[in-house]
Amino acid sequence: MNDKQVIASRIALELKDGDLVNLGIGIPTLVANYVPENKKVIFQSENGIIGLGPDKGEDNYIVNAGGLKASIIQGGAFIDSATSFTFIRGGHIDVTVLGALEVDQEGSIASWIIPGKLVPGMGGAMDLVTGAKKVIIAMRHTNKGRVKILKKCRLPLTAFNQANLFVTEMAVMEVKEDGLHLLEVNPKYTVKEVIEATEAELIISEVMPMKGVEDEN
Amino acid sequence: MTNFIDELKFKKLLKDGMKIHVGGFLTNGSPENLIDLVVESGIKDLTIICNDGGYEGNGVGKMIDNNQVSKLIASHIGTNPNVGRLMNEDKLVVELVPQGTLVERIRAFGAGLGGILTPTGLNTIVAEGKQIIKVKDKEYLLEEALGADLALIGGAIADNFGNLKYLQTMRNFNSMMATAAEVVVVEPIKIIEEIDPENVITPHPFVDYVLVGEPNE
Repeated sequence: MNDKQVIASRIALELKDGDLVNLGIGIPTLVANYVPENKKVIFQSENGIIGLGPDKGEDNYIVNAGGLKASIIQGGAFIDSATSFTFIRGGHIDVTVLGALEVDQEGSIASWIIPGKLVPGMGGAMDLVTGAKKVIIAMRHTNKGRVKILKKCRLPLTAFNQANLFVTEMAVMEVKEDGLHLLEVNPKYTVKEVIEATEAELIISEVMPMKGVEDEN
Repeated sequence: MTNFIDELKFKKLLKDGMKIHVGGFLTNGSPENLIDLVVESGIKDLTIICNDGGYEGNGVGKMIDNNQVSKLIASHIGTNPNVGRLMNEDKLVVELVPQGTLVERIRAFGAGLGGILTPTGLNTIVAEGKQIIKVKDKEYLLEEALGADLALIGGAIADNFGNLKYLQTMRNFNSMMATAAEVVVVEPIKIIEEIDPENVITPHPFVDYVLVGEPNE
């Protein structure tokens, strides 16, 4: 498995039977590929689908939140954007998985703007991290060697203190009241290597091997 | 009452400086023919409200490419490099709004509300200059209602009365924008005799004009 696959397959283990889940663009989209068939997870897409399915090459007007062709599963529904964000902001989404440029030990997320450089906009991300019951951040541990998991985000925030779990190719970390806990480490790396690649203060008690990747190593 | 009009009559509705809602999500459900007619008309100094900046040569991107837009209010501009370029050259003002906030501001205007209270954007630069209101010990941002002079609606099937229903994911911002402008114009995918009243999404009193012409398949 490559880094992206490690992250996506680990996050898939967090999804429970019956969960309504919104996946962001990029690595988060891959999570859908790793949900076992015996688990019924419903995907919501903020442009207006309950029950998002993959592109089946059909001639239709269905796109996902990235504007790419998609399908709808049996029992699904098409909704308008206001209803879509009633789901999102109103606390009716169980899990959202999003990428980030930076995160910090307080659970804050920065993902939508690098001032003076890149201004893609926040799209639905600010509403998703504010309203979803559980917020999982899927991202590479560092950006070409530069730390991304910080004591305090330096880029403008998407939201303050809203993330619950960070999953990278190196580790799984949970944001709790007392700080950021290191829960699991990919057996390809040592705890020391994870600490060195992380600026945030990691609370370490019992560290487990990262689930879903053990067999590969 | 809904009037059925041709391209010529539509162009007569257009004026410099207009504030225009444009439906669609990454051009899914975008009224492309109406946008082409705005481009042909050459009207200038427009404020465009749309979920996103479209693509180069597609969706609202066509009006932006043609330098007709002085302000864009959107949630995401990353798919159209021209938006970022014009913004950096100070030729285009961009107001980025969280997607859920954007659609709810539009819904509020159509519903006769002054604005909405949302937790989205608290503790971020989106909150700058905005009022924070406490309700039952929880903080919310006051976001003002957002109406327009004209709404351009796509993705719909119209009936002979002017009622609309939308195809698949093309409802997105269209159904809310159809409630929130002085003049509402629809570019239907096709016109049928009558939509089953149980399936009407936008009832005809919201719709001022339906463009009649070549079908936009």
